[in-house]
Amino acid sequence: MKEQLEAIQAEALDNVKQANNLKELQDIKVTYLGKKGSLTSVLRGMGKLSKEERPVVGEIANQVREAITNEIEQKSEILEEAALDEKLQQEALDVTLPGRPVQVGGPHLLTQIVEEIEDLFIGMGFEVREGPEVETDYYNFEALNLPKGHPARDMQDTFYITNELLLRTHTSPVQARTMRQFNGDQTVKMICPGKVYRRDTDDATHSHQFTQIEGLYVDKNVRMSDLKGILDKFAKKMFGDDRKTRLRPSFFPFTEPSVEMDISCKVCNGSGCSVCKKSGWIEILGGGMVHPRVLEMAGYDSEEYTGFAFGMGPERIAMLKYGIDDIRNFYTNDVRFLKQYHHAKGGTL
Amino acid sequence: MLVSLNWLKNYVDIENISPEELAEKITKTGIEVDGIEYIAEKSQGVVVGNIESCEKHPNADKLNLCQVDVGDEKLQIICGAPNVAQGQKVAVAKPGAVLPGNFKIKKVKLRGVESNGMICSLQELGIEEKYVPKDIAEGIFVFPNDVSIGESVAPLLNIDDAVLEFDLTPNRADCLSMLGVAYEVAAILDKEVTLPSEAVNTSEEKAKDYVSVEVADPELNPYYGAFVVKDVKIKPSPLWMRNALMAAGIRPINNVVDITNYVLLEYGQPLHAFDYDLLNSGKIVVRNAEQNEKLITLDKEERNLSDDHLVITDGKAPVAMAGVMGGASTEINNETTTILLEAAYFSPASVRKAVKDTGLRSESSTRFEKGVDPNRVKEAGLRACHLLEKYAGATVLDDVVSFDELDRSKKVVDVSTAEVNKRLGTQISTKEIGVILNKLQFPFEQDNDQLIVTIPTRRGDIKIFEDMLEEVARIYEYDNLPFTLPEGSSQAGGLTNRQQLKRDVKAYLQSAGLMETITYSLTSDDHVYKLLSPVHQEQNLNPVQLAMPMSEDHKYLRLSILPGLLETLAHNHARDQKNLAYFELGNVFVSNEETLTKQPDEKLRVAGAVTGLWLSHQWQQEKKQVDFYLVKGIVEGLFDFLNIQVTFEQAKLQDMHPGRCATVKIDNHVVGFIGQVHPKLEKSMDIKETYVFDVDMEAVLAVYKNTPGYSQIPKYPSVSRDIAFIVDEDVQAGDIKQTIEETGLPVVKNVQVFDVYKGENLPEGKKSIAYSLLYQDKEKTLKDDEVEQSYQEIVGTVNNKFNAYVRS
Repeated sequence: MKEQLEAIQAEALDNVKQANNLKELQDIKVTYLGKKGSLTSVLRGMGKLSKEERPVVGEIANQVREAITNEIEQKSEILEEAALDEKLQQEALDVTLPGRPVQVGGPHLLTQIVEEIEDLFIGMGFEVREGPEVETDYYNFEALNLPKGHPARDMQDTFYITNELLLRTHTSPVQARTMRQFNGDQTVKMICPGKVYRRDTDDATHSHQFTQIEGLYVDKNVRMSDLKGILDKFAKKMFGDDRKTRLRPSFFPFTEPSVEMDISCKVCNGSGCSVCKKSGWIEILGGGMVHPRVLEMAGYDSEEYTGFAFGMGPERIAMLKYGIDDIRNFYTNDVRFLKQYHHAKGGTL
Repeated sequence: MLVSLNWLKNYVDIENISPEELAEKITKTGIEVDGIEYIAEKSQGVVVGNIESCEKHPNADKLNLCQVDVGDEKLQIICGAPNVAQGQKVAVAKPGAVLPGNFKIKKVKLRGVESNGMICSLQELGIEEKYVPKDIAEGIFVFPNDVSIGESVAPLLNIDDAVLEFDLTPNRADCLSMLGVAYEVAAILDKEVTLPSEAVNTSEEKAKDYVSVEVADPELNPYYGAFVVKDVKIKPSPLWMRNALMAAGIRPINNVVDITNYVLLEYGQPLHAFDYDLLNSGKIVVRNAEQNEKLITLDKEERNLSDDHLVITDGKAPVAMAGVMGGASTEINNETTTILLEAAYFSPASVRKAVKDTGLRSESSTRFEKGVDPNRVKEAGLRACHLLEKYAGATVLDDVVSFDELDRSKKVVDVSTAEVNKRLGTQISTKEIGVILNKLQFPFEQDNDQLIVTIPTRRGDIKIFEDMLEEVARIYEYDNLPFTLPEGSSQAGGLTNRQQLKRDVKAYLQSAGLMETITYSLTSDDHVYKLLSPVHQEQNLNPVQLAMPMSEDHKYLRLSILPGLLETLAHNHARDQKNLAYFELGNVFVSNEETLTKQPDEKLRVAGAVTGLWLSHQWQQEKKQVDFYLVKGIVEGLFDFLNIQVTFEQAKLQDMHPGRCATVKIDNHVVGFIGQVHPKLEKSMDIKETYVFDVDMEAVLAVYKNTPGYSQIPKYPSVSRDIAFIVDEDVQAGDIKQTIEETGLPVVKNVQVFDVYKGENLPEGKKSIAYSLLYQDKEKTLKDDEVEQSYQEIVGTVNNKFNAYVRS
């Protein structure tokens, strides 16, 4: 029997070696180790063996079974690996074909500029305030030291609705409204973004509707140097640390002293080019120390409180930052324009 | 204001500074210099020549052969100008000269005759056409006789001048005069100001024997001075004056008119010269016009006056609109010999009113409107008289005849060093402030650290301490202020709930695949009532209308965002951009007043519009057209994101597809709508199939809670069951869903439609709707019979309520 067993082992192992696929291997397993397999049928004949022979042959039979099982397992692993390889081979794709598109939306460029500025000032302790777009003559002009008949009213051509109601020409009325709310004895530290309107014919540089961001800080001991410091931080954040800033005297009826801020021209780095009209500087915003009359009208004691205010145009900032040459782009919403600025916001560090 | 530097040199020393440097300094200290214009491009080698002889060219009718003495040589030059003549002193470009445009002059032969140079017109020397006096625009320029032969023409013709263009803010009316500019420049450069001469020879005759002055309202006309000037000879004004006027952008006319214009620019004080003989009454009466009184002004237009216009009359009829424009009947002409020269102060308000009514804005009115210097009114008259004596051979009669109630007092402002430093954040010493005041030529008295400053009347803009603060700061230079950050109490900045929600809604819609737009708030007749929300439709609103719109397109404030959005779709369509998904968050303006007496309500809404393909995948032939369920999904997602329960209800709304439209409700109140735009409106707006949504954000804000509670994540497994009902076609899936949810409480957690089927295997007029139900209990694992019991209850209730049966 021993010879018989050995012969089965040799044959089985040889067959396993020859097996080409898992199916054949399975057949081999059944042929030798299955219930009707040759090893099993040999072992069935063990009953005829003597008591002494039985454990010896049993031992051998177990060895044979183990040897065949091991061989099949090893072969099986190899064949499985090969089968997987083949399957994966067949699953290969042309990775250069285009992917399945994802519908992507995005924010308007002005929203990004406004939010970037809001976040910057929020970080410096400012609140965000809003005010009505349809304003009273009082808040748009009179409360800002622009009484009726004041020549500086001509600086802003106004859309009137009635004699007393108009589309606000700037976000500055929110200054007066906010100060009123604060009862003349609290710190006011706010910025106000919003839509404003002027009687201008729309062209590349004019728009009858545009955006402004107003800033106001009223407290005891607010200094002009604070305005300079804050605006410098703002400009460097928006335009880059390498930009220089400067303040120039200017005139607004609601501030005294008044300033305009320039940043050094990005194109020529201050040496003068056509973008900055050869001056090396580009104007980006106006501001100043809140006029004592404006403080007084809003209920603040101008001897005790001082403040600064500023106003800037997100369209202008965007145009300078990205070289956009026509302000109408912001309002015609051509999809090819909008898509260029889906991610225009920069980080703070 | 155009500031000629050659002119400015008369009053302040600017020799050692280039125009560019000066412009930069002026800009930095307060007046924006918009540009520097050189009167002419530099030319070289052009000198004064004397035409010794001038004969016809032997071979050409229109050319002349001139022998010209240019000092160091004599040149034969051929000249085609019609006005060339022997004895003239002219500008000669010698061979080798370079004219503007890099035009090099060479020896040439014209029709066989040698020409060694060129006799030049002003235009050929690079002076712009608009500055060239009319009478010499057609030929060469002829110098007056007193110039020297061989002299360079550049300084004579002022073509070496540079002109600074000042962009003046309304407060700096003082710089509408050369003297004002001189004070400004002197302050910046720390120089003296040299004032011009106002000396006049006294005559025997008295002006008061020629004229009387009467003023009706001293408020409107506190000063009227009349000078009488005889023996005037009308002729061209001197070359330097013409040059100065041309540089300032004013065309020279004759000596009298030029002198009044010159003094206007020099002193900032408008003057007016009447022909005394044409005035013919010896009487000046200043009064308000009568209603509908007429006056023909210098521009030959008849003006219809009203009783709030101030006029100068000869005692009977108007002869000038005060401060705005003179009358044609008393205009200076070539025969004028005696003039009445007016130097007056008219109130800014009265001139502004007249300008507004007539649209006549002139160099004069601009200055009166801003207020002229009371201490320069009469002085300007004297200055003009001085010039008339000198350049018109005139005799000035003794003393001005005037009405005078003019306030010439000077304001006094206290400046304390401590306050200056407190406000500016600086450490400027009292001494330094004193130096600044000296530069500005503001007299002051010092009391320790307190400076009591007397403000010259030329600076009418300075009234209070803050005005002086600006003066000190700007001469100190803003560049020298330190950079500091506020030291006051610090507070946490931040957004309100409303502002944060706006940002979040935008972020959601962007993540849902929509692009944000911003459109105009002003809209047209055509669009203002389009696509109104059903709530607004019921209210019969009047849109807010502009009093004077600039165009029909921008006449009303919008009541809906949608028409503007559809316009942007049309704009894109026209440019072949067809797949669009847009939204906008913004205000609409709501009022029920017919004539607005108070501000309208500004209501925040969010609206969206989608058209074309939503997703397309070309090589896999996938093309997903936008449809109703896309916008519905976006809006459902929005409310899911905000954790607000909404329902959708079939609706028929104006401008919307009648079968594809639903209102959106919170607690049974309409807060918005969704659906397809009515195909008729799509067609008229040139857009393709478009689906929109519009939601009232105020209603959302009213129920929005930004602090959700906590509900535990379920620990026990869920069981899902599917069920399909066969119902009549008009039964709505949402109604059955609601019934399932209600009946299935508390174990049915979620109900979703997963299939809707009509057609084969179903009876006519029937449809099948399949739902997937999710059962879950948060306390325990559900048993099969519990699920089965609930399932059977649901089947029973739905079958009863909707006449349904379960599809097996």
